[in-house]
Amino acid sequence: MSTMPVSSPAPTSVPTPLVVSATKARLWIGGALLFGLLAYYFIGVDQGAVSVFGSDMHIHEFVHDSRHLLGFPCH
Amino acid sequence: MEKQLITRGLLAGALAGLVAFCFARIFAEPVIDKAIAYENGRDAAQAALNTAAGLPIDPAGPDLFSRTVQSNIGIGVGLIGFGAAMGALYSVVYLLCLGRVGRIQPKVLALLVAGAGLAGIYLVPYLKYPANPPAIGHPETIKPRAALYLTMVVCSLAFILAATWLGRRLAPRFGNWNATLLSVLGFAVAIGIVMAILPSLGELSANVHAYGHHATETPLPLTDPKGNIVYPGFPADVLFSFRFYSICNQLILWGTLALIFGPLAERVLRPVMERAEATGGAGSGVTAAAV
Repeated sequence: MSTMPVSSPAPTSVPTPLVVSATKARLWIGGALLFGLLAYYFIGVDQGAVSVFGSDMHIHEFVHDSRHLLGFPCH
Repeated sequence: MEKQLITRGLLAGALAGLVAFCFARIFAEPVIDKAIAYENGRDAAQAALNTAAGLPIDPAGPDLFSRTVQSNIGIGVGLIGFGAAMGALYSVVYLLCLGRVGRIQPKVLALLVAGAGLAGIYLVPYLKYPANPPAIGHPETIKPRAALYLTMVVCSLAFILAATWLGRRLAPRFGNWNATLLSVLGFAVAIGIVMAILPSLGELSANVHAYGHHATETPLPLTDPKGNIVYPGFPADVLFSFRFYSICNQLILWGTLALIFGPLAERVLRPVMERAEATGGAGSGVTAAAV
């Protein structure tokens, strides 16, 4: 028993850290950020304090319940 | 690889939003209905008081969508859209964290990034400005309230980023455990200072002017000119239930996101990691980083 060699962990059990270059992935990263921030803005912020479509309230009233539940200030 | 991860993030986020919607429709909507019933009753009592005193009656808010639309389709679109948005932002952060935050298994990293998102976007801002049901929140203060809430969101996200960087810097000297504790402590102190500086909603100048000094905008009992209570304050149990379900909803959303995205990301990353290891890290666009 004591002579049994201690097996080192298989190399694939520890993930090799990968670094994705932000410049190479800029199109996908930029697109995802743009979509995410726009959706966050229209669901949570627009037609309250600031409004890109003037005094219209359709988006605000449509997602009204989720806006409250997600913790955004409302009315 | 970025394409695969971001599309999977978007998909996982939308699915997480769908699960959150199912929860919200069953548990939160009845509470929202109670809050709206309170609001309608209070508006009617206020209108009666105003009529008796010969004052003009406040016009009601717009009813662009029926309650049926708002509480079924509207909340569904809102939550699935929010989930997809968070999934997109989350996958970008996940992508940038790969190899930059130490040797972490793909599924564990998925949980950690989701925890940071939950805390930064919702839970920490909630500590200062908790979610409010309909009937709470004065229309005339929406501008400062939105600005204060977004300030909390931006500060907590920025401080989480700074704490992650600090933890990585401290890790060689103090070890992972102590470096993590120190950076969490730093985060708590920094966000605590911001929370101490920002005003309570009840202390906004428009509220102090109209209602006097209070901590929040939660409606107090409505009284007639003689001081008799003609309509009660906002029911405490409804407020608690709403805030509790609000937290549950976000926990479900971020938890589902991480649990769906983690295994998907692992399947994308595993072959790339093995290839990078075999070739000594000379993959296309992907390099093995020295830790």
